[in-house]
Amino acid sequence: MKPLITVDNVHKHFGGTYAARGVSLELYGGEVLALAGDNGAGKSTVIKMISGVYQPDSGTISYQGENITGKNPYEVRDLGIETIYQDLALADNLDVGINIFLGREPMKRRLGFIPVLDRKTMRQEAIRALKDLGIVVNDLSIPVRYLSGGQRQAIAISRAVYWKAKVLIMDEPTAALGVPEQREVKELIGRLKAQGVGIIFISHNLNDIFEVSDRILVLERGRKAGERLISETDEDEVVKLMMGR
Amino acid sequence: MRILRLLTGAWSWLFLLFILIFFEVWSHVTYGRTFFGNIFNAQSILLAATQILMMALGLTFIIISAGIDLSIGFIAGLSAVTMAVVIRALDPHLAPGWSFLAGISAAVLISLIPGFINGWMIAKLKVPSFIGTLGMFGIARGAAFLIADGATVSIRNPVAREFGNGRVIFDLVPIPVLIAIIVTLTFHYLLSSTKFGLYVYAMGGNYASAVRAGVNTTRLTIIIFMISAFTASLMGLFYTGRFSAGAGDAGEPILLNAVAAVFIGGASLTGGSGTIIGTVIGSLIIAVIQFGLVFINVPPFWQFVAVGLVIIIAVLIDQSRDRLTGMSGQEEGA
Repeated sequence: MKPLITVDNVHKHFGGTYAARGVSLELYGGEVLALAGDNGAGKSTVIKMISGVYQPDSGTISYQGENITGKNPYEVRDLGIETIYQDLALADNLDVGINIFLGREPMKRRLGFIPVLDRKTMRQEAIRALKDLGIVVNDLSIPVRYLSGGQRQAIAISRAVYWKAKVLIMDEPTAALGVPEQREVKELIGRLKAQGVGIIFISHNLNDIFEVSDRILVLERGRKAGERLISETDEDEVVKLMMGR
Repeated sequence: MRILRLLTGAWSWLFLLFILIFFEVWSHVTYGRTFFGNIFNAQSILLAATQILMMALGLTFIIISAGIDLSIGFIAGLSAVTMAVVIRALDPHLAPGWSFLAGISAAVLISLIPGFINGWMIAKLKVPSFIGTLGMFGIARGAAFLIADGATVSIRNPVAREFGNGRVIFDLVPIPVLIAIIVTLTFHYLLSSTKFGLYVYAMGGNYASAVRAGVNTTRLTIIIFMISAFTASLMGLFYTGRFSAGAGDAGEPILLNAVAAVFIGGASLTGGSGTIIGTVIGSLIIAVIQFGLVFINVPPFWQFVAVGLVIIIAVLIDQSRDRLTGMSGQEEGA
């Protein structure tokens, strides 16, 4: 099986700070790869290079064998690599359907010639998209700010999945959530895996990482400190890697 | 929960209905005749509402996008003065129809310039809209008085007079009201049914999410400030037409009423909400209060008190809407 994402020996520095020093990784479809490391270890830098926000100083990033180094965030997203941001990037004042379609809204014609937003289609498609992921939202007409944190996270994820994302990059997806909602999101990650999506999962919480991930890659001051199968490691070893020992 | 939300959402309609009934009943009891059945009263209220609405229409877009435009009062004045000066200069040389056309075209075009600069400052230079448009408030004010040489510019153009005072459709509907209806329907369509309108809401709700969705927020900001300047300039045209004179301070006294109309209509200062229909209702409420209080012989200064109270009530109801549904937008922000 070929990897979805291949990061090959990327370097990135900001002034005198080396945020990534020769990091390489591979992500396969249907697996969850955890990126772990202390603050400043370079986790965010690595995912921002994959999503096109930063360009690496050297090294390459490929998607399904094709070199995508140098593409901008919109081009990367259109390829099917979606990032779920910590602040969710939802428009809180708009409903679920519009949030899933924002930027790519379907139109219809009224009276045969006046183009108008097709809100009905957006709502129906939203119901379908959420149902596919096993998410229940009672009232789709209300602004998403009235929904729980877990539901909002689910909407951000289902938007990515609806637009056929093959790779999901999730930056601390459970950080702002209560315990039951964290469980919902973790279940959702399991279902996405089953659908063949490749997921890069960043978390500070080792419990979460051990619960949902298949592999873990530990970064330490911009270098790869180690890479383990979750089934073959434990928290002690990971903590030692994080601390550079 | 849904019913409560609907009720708090519809309060402005109910309030408008309430004050209409109040003044009608008062009129019957005190004077023994109808208030709104009187066609002159109805036309005057609609004309007053049109003045407020023209400034409030464009402002609705700005406030939904989480901004404010303080410059529209003097942009309206700039438009009024420009129209009068151009017509006055051309009248000796051209037929009244042509000089009128030249006057309104020049007025609208000149008014779009401060609108463009507002949008550009706010989108590109990241000047807060309150500060940026406050600066433009001063600039437009100065420009208006400079063009008019500090005076009121009177004209004698029959087309302009007809434009401001004429009536159509069985001699019932004042021309400015008819134009306002057409403009309002157009902007209602733009805001409620197009991607453009949706992106204004998205930008006001969460700026970062709009950017990530690929919305060109710079272009959008410039366009909405030009829309704001455009509708304000129409108010200036109506003023010059109505009084056959342009004045630099034509729109300035309307500014706060326009802001009030948008908030009474359900918009929120933090952006992301508001509708054109709401703004129309807000403008009507203010016009009815102003005219009604005069009609029942209340000293005119009470108008300010009454409108002020309605604004505060509007904001309280807007907040309670979130409280009633159990959450507040701000607390969720994290």
